Formats: sequence, structure tokens, C-alpha cells
Amino acid sequence: MPLVKNGKIAADIFVHVPDDAELPQGGAVLVSAARFLEDPKALLARMGELGVIWPNNRDLDDLVPYLDRLAAVALVFPSFRDGRAYSQARLLRERHGYTGELRATGQVLRDQFLFMLRAGFDALEVKKESDAEAFALTAKRYSVFYQPTGDGRITALNRRMQQRHSESAR
Amino acid sequence: MTSPLEQKIRITGPSMVTANRTIDGAVVYRNGAHGWSTDLAQAAVVRNAEQARALLIEAVADDINAVGPYIAPVEISDDGKIAPGNLREHIRLNGLTIDLLPVSA
Amino acid sequence: MYAYDELDRTLINERVEEFRDQVKRRLSGELTEDEFKMLRLQNGVYLQLHAYMFRVAIPYGTLSSQQLRRLAHVARKYDRGYGHFTTRQNIQFNWIKLAELPDALGDLAEVGIHAMQTSGNNTRNVTSDQWAGVAPGEVEDPRIWSELLRQYTTLHPEFSFLPRKFKFAITASAHDRAAIKIHDIGLRLHRNAQGEIGFEVLVGGGLGRTPFIGKTIKPFVHGRDLLSYVEAILRVYNQYGRRDNIYKARIKILVHELGIEKFAAEVDEEWRAMGDSALAVDDAVIEDIRSRFTYPAYEKLPHMPEELKKAAHDPMFERWRRNSVFTHKVQGYAIVTLSLKPVGGPPGDATADQMDALADLADKYSFGEIRVGHEQNLALPHVAKRDLPVLWKALDKLGLATPNVNLVSDIIACPGLDYCSLANARSIPIAQELTHRFANHDTAELIGRLHINISGCINACGHHHVGHIGILGVEKNGEEFYQITIGGRADENAELGVLIGPAVAYGEVADVVEDIVEAYLALRERPDELFVDAVKRLGVEPFRERVYATR
Repeated sequence: MPLVKNGKIAADIFVHVPDDAELPQGGAVLVSAARFLEDPKALLARMGELGVIWPNNRDLDDLVPYLDRLAAVALVFPSFRDGRAYSQARLLRERHGYTGELRATGQVLRDQFLFMLRAGFDALEVKKESDAEAFALTAKRYSVFYQPTGDGRITALNRRMQQRHSESAR
Repeated sequence: MTSPLEQKIRITGPSMVTANRTIDGAVVYRNGAHGWSTDLAQAAVVRNAEQARALLIEAVADDINAVGPYIAPVEISDDGKIAPGNLREHIRLNGLTIDLLPVSA
Repeated sequence: MYAYDELDRTLINERVEEFRDQVKRRLSGELTEDEFKMLRLQNGVYLQLHAYMFRVAIPYGTLSSQQLRRLAHVARKYDRGYGHFTTRQNIQFNWIKLAELPDALGDLAEVGIHAMQTSGNNTRNVTSDQWAGVAPGEVEDPRIWSELLRQYTTLHPEFSFLPRKFKFAITASAHDRAAIKIHDIGLRLHRNAQGEIGFEVLVGGGLGRTPFIGKTIKPFVHGRDLLSYVEAILRVYNQYGRRDNIYKARIKILVHELGIEKFAAEVDEEWRAMGDSALAVDDAVIEDIRSRFTYPAYEKLPHMPEELKKAAHDPMFERWRRNSVFTHKVQGYAIVTLSLKPVGGPPGDATADQMDALADLADKYSFGEIRVGHEQNLALPHVAKRDLPVLWKALDKLGLATPNVNLVSDIIACPGLDYCSLANARSIPIAQELTHRFANHDTAELIGRLHINISGCINACGHHHVGHIGILGVEKNGEEFYQITIGGRADENAELGVLIGPAVAYGEVADVVEDIVEAYLALRERPDELFVDAVKRLGVEPFRERVYATR
């Protein structure tokens, strides 16, 4: 499953470690929320970057205290039709100021890429190879955005306001 | 929405599999040659749940050609002619039951 | 009329190109139907009994004549020469081919029409009062706020995959013509004691399997906070709305299960956490949107022009004028409702020829503007009274002047089993038969205001729950049966109708309706006691008795 990170297909440094498996010595790992919360101190003390996979039907409250020490948070799209992770992503970025890797996992398809980027994801575990290859093209599909999110894209409204100011300045 | 294969298949009489053609939405019937036909006379008739399931599986896999397949009842006359088995299939085969506003050519 | 600027148009075109690519990938097999279905729904493309159905958005029910002509063009080029106006101010084409849809969308995009989010589990067309901007006594044009909401909800990255569909409606008049109480979010625009613009916000209205009237979550949200407050509601719904059962997935279920107080508390908590929001709607924002709304340069016209005095002797004209012409906020002008419910016709349909001819009439007599109402009629919102006689003649020739607006034969009906794959029973032939039974306009006028709503299944697209007489198609042993309710209403006094008894067979529905009407005529206190008020006063019993006495 190709990983698209920061706009390009990239090698994935993280390893998904199942709950019943031992953690490797060193290296970046992704563990489930349940495993993490059992002993966060120990996991954080471990050598190597730590990422947590947070389920989409659970509030972020229990995760928030650890955000500044996590290298990655992975959110879940069990079906591409289930949009709860979009809210979680925006809250992590915009409300809690999370700056680490924010990864989309599960059913991640081309037609949701732009929504995911706008919600704050910067890494996507893409289901189909062909979708990953089309990423650059897909990300450029739209140039106009109505809503402000934390992604920094200028909204249509801002552009109109800028235009008005420059017109009235003449 | 659950896929038709996830639902329990119940046959109460002779049945067929019908769907809509992907490219233009036309009503089609699964025929006996692993394809689709717009002619109800070509529809493959199934008479029990296993046959129906097999035909439906085939149809679902062929979604490049037709979408939304499901099992529908048919009536078979004495001389073997296939007719729609309920009002819904009658309407799909024969079109609207109402008068529309007159439309110019 | 809102004029799309370059940014709005660019977005629509980018959407068309995205969909073109998605259709290509579907037809090549790269996308399965399971993957494609949500994408096509997000562009208003349904699969129905005979064909695909294409639902085009008419934001807050406002069309320019140029846009109406383009709809006629789509009907001719890609469909069978007609379209159907819906209970959400949209238009549907019933025979469209998937392969041709991107071109149809491209043709529509040229005049600023789109089909974004007219279906799917997202935020749908923001509907409003079809008399917005011209109704006397209106606080402010609600379409400005509708457009603000339209932009905010279009391709919202967080809310494009909600548990279920989400519908908004806005009214700015004391009399609610937008049915805000049966919407997921209903907004009543008004001024507070300080004279500031804001909204009473209602949530959790909706029909279908479990109908609910919306509950007030906040009596006044300042205009400045509208978008941030809406975002808080949507975020709570997106996270906590049920996703395990599509029949329990609307926000009305969440509101009902939590209770309005707890739900309001959740929303408030989220809203407060949002803090100073980038979504604040300051005056500059509203001015910007308002600046792209143009209003007619009305003339100074007399209240009673000569042309009208002269035409008053024509009883046919007078009947139509009394029925279909409504008071405008500007003296000398009128709002004209065009009935799309001719005797024997399918309710809400218009042919391409009618659309083209109406576009010409709109240019001549209504400053190029047409409106679409949720009762599936059209309106010309800016007609000079002096033009009414000549307009009427032209409308009559086109079949758009049936004087039955708001009367018993002005029936609201979903497409039903003739078209729709969700339906259990047909609705259009029931409506057609009823228009024949009540074809006599004197009788219809005698009966007075009476809304009949027909739905072919429990999804209630015909809004039968809030019909004065509601008719719901069900299936019993392979036969079409119909449940009848009475006493519903969709306005500011919204109420759900009450079942009068066991379902009746297809062939009996028109007789039953006649019995109900006869009971009303016999029992009403005065000729001007409306049917729906008589039901409220008397309860269902007398009507039930009359209908089921011999059945």
C-alpha cells in the first residue's frame, strides 16, 4: 500500500505493530490506541519514533496530553463514506495545534485526497497504486475553496476581500 | 446500503436478475450467456435460491456493464413466454403508466 | 439575482472536470460501482427504475431566464423534453445517460448552474422562501444568507461524508413558506430587540420513517455567528450521528435520543471551544455577497392601473388573478404564481417548450427572473400589475395559468413508482385522478386552501406528513395501498398529520379524498374556516367516521 507523504509517494518509515506482537528494537512504530494507553510512558520512552492509531469513534481527549511527544497520529476511514476522521483531523491541527505527521489510513481513495489535505492530513496510506500515482494531478483539481480550514489555502472570500481592498486603494 | 449479496435470498417462484446498463441506465436482464439483454425474453430464469445467488454473483461482478442488479419475480405463461412478475417490473419493462405533458418533436 | 463571480464559476467548472474524470474511470472499470456511487450521488445522479435521474440545483429557488433556457436545452438535448421541479426547489431530469452527464453538466456550468451535493450524505440545497426579496414585511432578503450558507457548505472538507443527508432552509417572513420546521437546520431570520440581524435556529426537523418537527436550539444567533454556530452543529452531528443504521442516521434521531437540552449543550461546548472563529461573518462579508445580488429598477407605478381595471370584466382573468397573483412589497407590482398542476397533468413537470416560453415572458415581464417553490410551482417575482392581463393570456396559452394555486388540485407529489426505485406505490396517477375529480374551479374555490401531499414511499419526498391531507403509498401483498393522514401543516405552525384509519386500495383513494372534503364542507363553522383548522378543531374522528362508515 503506497504512502503519499508531503505530496509524493514516499517510503514509509513507520511499521504497523499489531497488539499481540513485540515492538521492534528502535525504528518508527505505529501502535493502536488501546496499546498506547496501557502504558504511554513506556512507549514514549522507547528509542524510535512513536505513532498512535486513533479509532474514529473515540474522542481525542485521551490522546491530547501526548500530542507534543508523538511523531505521528494515524486516523481511520473504515469506509470512505465514514467521515468522522475529517473532524478529528481538523481538531488535532486547529484546536490542539498538533504539528506531527497526520496520517489517513483505511479506505483512502483518490476522490477524497483533497478533502483530506484540507482537513490537515499530510500522509495518506493510499489503497490503490494508480490513485497514489495520480496524487499530484488530483491535488491540483481545485483552485477555489470556500471554507477556511487550517491548511493555509486562501478562501474565495479572502481573495474577494483582497480584490476589494486593492480596488479601493486605487 | 447492504449489497444484494449480503441480503438473504428468497425465491417464491420463477425469477430473474435485472439491472440498469451502466452507460445509459437502460433496463437490462441477465441472460444465459453471461451477458445482459434489454429483451425480457432473453432473461435467464432461475427457480431456486442457489441458482439465483449464482446468477446474482455473476451480475454483481459485471458492474462495468450494468449496475444495481437484483432478483425479481417473473411469470411464465403456458407457452413459455416470460412476463414481469410484479408491478415494479411491469413498469420497468413497459414504461410510465401515466400521461405526460405533450412534448414537441 | 445572484451573479456568480469568476471564483464561483471556476469552482463549478473544476467540479465538472473532476466528474468527467470520475465518469471516465467508471466506464473504464477503474472505479467499481461501489466506489463510484457516492461520487455520482455527490453530483445529483441517482439510479432509478428506467434510467439515471439527474437532480440539478436551483439554489434557494432562483433562476435567471438565461438559466431557465439552459435547463430547457438540457431537457431537449439529453433527456425527453421535460423536467420535474421538486419539493426542495431543484429540478430533476429522468432519462439522462451517464456517458453524457459530463457534457450536460458542462452546458449547465456555462450559465452558473451545477448539481453539487443535490444527493449523498452531505449538505444539500439551501432552500428558502420563493418570495424572498419581494414579499411584503420581510425582515431582509434571506437569499443573501442562503448564498452565504451555500458557499460555506459547498465541498466542505470536513462535512462531505456525514452520517446522512443534511438539509437547510431559511425564512425571513412571519409566514413560513420555506417549511423550516421540517429541515435538519431551520433558520428564521429576524431582528433582536437591539435591531440586529440574527436567526432562531431549529434543529432536527425532518420527515421519512420517523418524522419530527424541528426544535429550537437557540432563539437568537447573531448573524455574525451563523457560520461558526452551524459548524458546531455539523461537527457534533458528524462525530456522534449514528452510522450503523441508515434509518437512524439523520440528526433528528441524535437530537431525539440526546434530548434537545443535552444536544444544545454539546453544540455550545463545541462552539465555545471554537473561540474567535475564522468563520465570523462581519459586515464586509455580507456586503460582498449582497453586492452580487442585483435587484430590479422598479418603476413608480400606480396601485390600480388602467389595464387592470379594464380586464376586471373578464371572469376568467379575474378568477386567475384572485387565485394566482399575490401582493408585492413594491406598489404597482405583483408576485405571480404559475401552477404546474394542470388538470390531468403530472404535478410539477414542465416541458422544454414551456420553459423557453416562460424565459421569454420573464424577460418581458419579470426582469428576467423566475422562482421555484417547494410546492412544485413556479413564480414570476416582479410583474408590473399593468402587465397582468397580457401576461395571463400568454401563460394560459402555455398551460401555466391553471387557477388552482393552494387549492385542492394543487397537489404536491413525488415521482413515485412510475419513476423511482425506492417507491412502493405510484403517486402521479393518484394526483392526476384527484385533479380530474376536483377540476371544477368553483368547487375548488368553495373548498378553499387545501394542500394534498402524496408520497410513494416512507422516504416522504412528497412531504405527506405535513399535508393537510397526506397520502402515503405502501405495498400490501403486491398491491398498491395508501395510508391517509389529515391535519398536517408545513408552515410556522408545523404539525404532523394523523392517520385516519387502515390503508385503502389504489382505486379507492380519490373516493376517500372526496369523502374527507365532503365531511369538511358539512362540518366547517364558516366558509372561511380552512380545512386544516377544521381538523384541528374537530379532531380526526368525524372524518374517520365518514370515510370508513361504508368501508
